[in-house]
Amino acid sequence: MTSLPRDGAPPLAIDTPIRRRVLLLARRRPTTRGSLLALLALALAVMLAPLLAPQNPYDLASLSVMDNRLAPGEQGMGGITYWLGTDSQGRDMLSAILHGMRTSLIVGVASTAIALAIGVAAGLVAAQFGGAIDSAIMRLVDFMLGFPSILVALVLLSAIGRGVDKVILAIVLVQWAQYARLMRAAAMVERRKEYIEAAVNFGLPTRHIMLAHLLPNSIGSVLVVATISIASAIALEATLSFLGVGVPVTQPSLGLLIANGFEFLLSGEYWIAVFPGLALVALIMSINLIGDRLRRSLNRRAL
Amino acid sequence: MSAPLLELKGITRHFSAKRSLAEHILGAFGHASAQPKILRAVEGVDLEIRKGEVLGLVGESGCGKSTLARVATGILPPTAGSLAYAGRDVATLSRAQRLEYLLKVQMVFQDPYASLDPRMNVERIVGEALAVHKLAPRGDIAARVEKALTEVGLDPAYAKRYPHQFSGGQRQRIGIARALAVEPDLLVCDEPVSALDVSIQAQIVNLFLDIRAKRAMTYLFVSHDLGIVRHVSDRVAIMYLGRIVEIGPAQEVFSSPAHPYAAALIGAIPSLSRRKRSFEPIPGEMPSPLAPPSGCPFHPRCAHALPVCSERRPVLAPIAPGRQAACHLHAAEAAS
Repeated sequence: MTSLPRDGAPPLAIDTPIRRRVLLLARRRPTTRGSLLALLALALAVMLAPLLAPQNPYDLASLSVMDNRLAPGEQGMGGITYWLGTDSQGRDMLSAILHGMRTSLIVGVASTAIALAIGVAAGLVAAQFGGAIDSAIMRLVDFMLGFPSILVALVLLSAIGRGVDKVILAIVLVQWAQYARLMRAAAMVERRKEYIEAAVNFGLPTRHIMLAHLLPNSIGSVLVVATISIASAIALEATLSFLGVGVPVTQPSLGLLIANGFEFLLSGEYWIAVFPGLALVALIMSINLIGDRLRRSLNRRAL
Repeated sequence: MSAPLLELKGITRHFSAKRSLAEHILGAFGHASAQPKILRAVEGVDLEIRKGEVLGLVGESGCGKSTLARVATGILPPTAGSLAYAGRDVATLSRAQRLEYLLKVQMVFQDPYASLDPRMNVERIVGEALAVHKLAPRGDIAARVEKALTEVGLDPAYAKRYPHQFSGGQRQRIGIARALAVEPDLLVCDEPVSALDVSIQAQIVNLFLDIRAKRAMTYLFVSHDLGIVRHVSDRVAIMYLGRIVEIGPAQEVFSSPAHPYAAALIGAIPSLSRRKRSFEPIPGEMPSPLAPPSGCPFHPRCAHALPVCSERRPVLAPIAPGRQAACHLHAAEAAS
């Protein structure tokens, strides 16, 4: 069942806590370690963006139109070197990317956290109570999952307008259902085990059984999926912003930066779209690699 | 004879078997029976467990003994029939009285790997009910847990460990300590040793006997292992297809079983003294509880079946003082 990892480290026990699992895995696999470091570096850079960025890209007064579309490495009028070039407004791309990534990460993490909370609660309730409540919740889930997520988000955002909060709302709406389904499946398996019967035998309140026994024992796989979903939430946000229904122009995310540079791609000014694109790839890839390792570590047969 | 601690009257437990999607669709067009299938796990069982005794409950797998155990502990509500604990009908109890009944009738489970929450340490597992129901002051819980662990032969120093750090036998001891922590009167043991190694089985059985001696504990001991049941039980009930077919003092039932099914079961016990090498298996298999046979549920497999056996179901009737059997053979004997 538990195959030995290639480098001979001890196999993970079935109930090794997730925290320890992540640490062990990070030590074991160079790709995981690399992406964990990359993600930490990106997160740090994003948090310190106002300090690190050479320029405040939202302060129009600090921008000089004379510096527009400078190639990477060129020096501007004010004597600053623009290492990643500037866009058509003369905005430093490095600063724009740091700030844009902040918006992207906030949207990704916040929407996943909210969707996770709603989905887990719905799935837990469905699994515990069964019957009509279960049917009602799960038919709603089926209904939500029946639509392509990009379509739901596009329609919603074109109806309620742009804004970071509205993008988060749209992503929560399309993502909670998958967590609900996963959580219900995991909780149904746990609910049949004898330790739940023992808790019933002790006359423990249903609320206590759900929160103290069912939740911690069935949330593992859902959390793993959630890490991967942060990446897809970021990608969805980028897509929506690229299409012009996502975040407002005053708060550009990576997707919006790519959209801004898109028209200059063919005229040779590649940096305006390519650098935000690379940043987006690095962000999504590091999250995906970590999530993928987590998923495999939980699926013990595939370790 | 002492008064019954727990009395089961006409306990019936059905499960509705889920229909497949195809059956649902056919049902909608009137091609399949509209009636959902019903699994009759336990059918009209009367049983009384007297204070201080060990009542063994035996039968093949699938005969409903685990379901009956779960009804007795209050984990599963019965479909029909009533339960009386210490003379009071459980259905009429107030919330607080019902909780008291739940705690006084504790269960020891079969699978020591599934019966402990893997994410809780031993102290939380054993002390959970005490803490949640505030049965002991917060500061006393650790001491109560320690006492329960010592009683089942575990080192109290293990209190902070997690279930996966223990062997099957140790886990089963934790399960017993969890039950003992709430000071029960009746332990319902559902195949408590069948998942353990034979060498460990003896230790756990002896632990039950020790607890019995120390606490004057009453047991409902469910097992398919006749050897163990014979060793621990004062009285024994034999179950077949959701019904009790024979009940009586263990010594008498084992030495001269009255019901043909009981006789066949007991005849199959390997014995050293008799040097028995061949077995007479009961022909056929146990019928499905989804579609029990007409008349006596055992008649398709019974060597002594009479014509009446397929028509009328025999009821449990006294055959000797303290002994009852459900068989037409005995009714015929009594009549002649």
